[in-house]
Amino acid sequence: MADTFQLEIVTPEKMVVKDVAEEVQIPGKNGYLGVLPGHAPLITELAVGEITYRNGSATHHLSVAWGFAEVLPDKVTILAETCERADEIDAVRAQTAKQRAEEHLQSANTPEEVTRAENALHRAEARLHVAEGK
Amino acid sequence: MANILDIRRRIRSVTNTRQITKAMKMVSAAKLRRAQERALAARPYARMLSNVLKSLVSRAEIYDPETGEPRHPLLAQRPEKNILLIVVTGDKGLAGAFNTNILKAATRFLESQSGKNIEIEAIGRKGRDFLKRRFKAAQPRQADSTDAAATTIVGEQVGVLNKIEYPMAAELAQRIIERYGKEEIDAVYILYNEFKSVIAQRLVVEQVLPIEKVGEVSVAQAEGMTLEEKERALEAAKGAGVSLRPTDTSAMDEAAARFATAPVDYIYEQPAGDLFHSLLPKYIGIQIFHALLESVAAEHAARMTAMESATSNATDMISSLTLAMNRARQAKITNEIIEIVSGAAAL
Repeated sequence: MADTFQLEIVTPEKMVVKDVAEEVQIPGKNGYLGVLPGHAPLITELAVGEITYRNGSATHHLSVAWGFAEVLPDKVTILAETCERADEIDAVRAQTAKQRAEEHLQSANTPEEVTRAENALHRAEARLHVAEGK
Repeated sequence: MANILDIRRRIRSVTNTRQITKAMKMVSAAKLRRAQERALAARPYARMLSNVLKSLVSRAEIYDPETGEPRHPLLAQRPEKNILLIVVTGDKGLAGAFNTNILKAATRFLESQSGKNIEIEAIGRKGRDFLKRRFKAAQPRQADSTDAAATTIVGEQVGVLNKIEYPMAAELAQRIIERYGKEEIDAVYILYNEFKSVIAQRLVVEQVLPIEKVGEVSVAQAEGMTLEEKERALEAAKGAGVSLRPTDTSAMDEAAARFATAPVDYIYEQPAGDLFHSLLPKYIGIQIFHALLESVAAEHAARMTAMESATSNATDMISSLTLAMNRARQAKITNEIIEIVSGAAAL
């Protein structure tokens, strides 16, 4: 069996990644999934988090917010609403976004506001994490 | 006989204008190229999303097997009493008949839907200005409101077209989905200038909600370019070095078309129904996003064409003015000679 697979990450704006990978970690809605070549066909929704893929000795990190992934034995395709490479993330902006989200969380009254603030917080945290881990 | 000095002044002014229109044409051509690329870059995502939805329709029993009734609120069809129309125009003028055509089509659409409550969401400054003069702004209607049928403006987005980003479209989508869910509106249409290539454009009114058939757009009203418009656009594109055929994307499209449709049994991490529910709103967002991108490309194409004809008109004008000026100069010289000759003869 081949020891690599095709990895494609697509957002509404452009194709972010079109690469060969040996391993990829996807933030599935029900928890992180590790995918190796020859994985059984699978469809899953993504949560906010971090995609990590390895190609030889190079490891790449990307932050992702909401998406959808199709896993085939020789190919993984990820549709993401937003997806940024570690070097594209503005750490300062993410930091301020995190602070803002925390403030919103403090002042939130309705359940919707809480969920929205929490989502924003998760996004900011995921982006920071990716940005720092590069 | 016109004054030679006046004519010369006019020639100079027309030459200056021609320089400006020429520059604007080149700028529009460059922007058009970029807009075209963006529209193409957005295609794979849209294709993949609609594919997933299509394959989910059969698996998730979206339609009730017994009654055929859809189980998702966005698929539900209701009698159209309250309609939301999204009108996409440009932010700037000087684009030939681009904005006028869209607004004419909007007026026609509104006439064809008379007797219903119509709410308008205007995207682009030109459309906003025109529609605002004709219709009054309104607070969103309540579902149980019994006021007489009226046309009102509920929202406007100005200055977003310069830098279209997906979150903006997604937010708009979110808003209309919420209102559709609450039955405040029964149908959503989007009117925009569809852009396939410089010479293949249409003004279309697409039905966004309810979704009649997943993965296919239903067009409520459409009109193509006239032959004359096509010829002028062709001319402009040639002059500005814009390719007429969109870049070949068949390989990319094919790959996108295969997404989530492999003839295997997928493991669904979430129930297919849940997936469908969270994906469908994204589909609306991408549809709006796509319309905006195409409209921007079309606007630049229209401006390029308009500026091309302005440039060639200026050229024609300069040559006819030059001719007039030369005639006037010669007439003046002839006159002077006659005067001298007759003066000499009188001596």
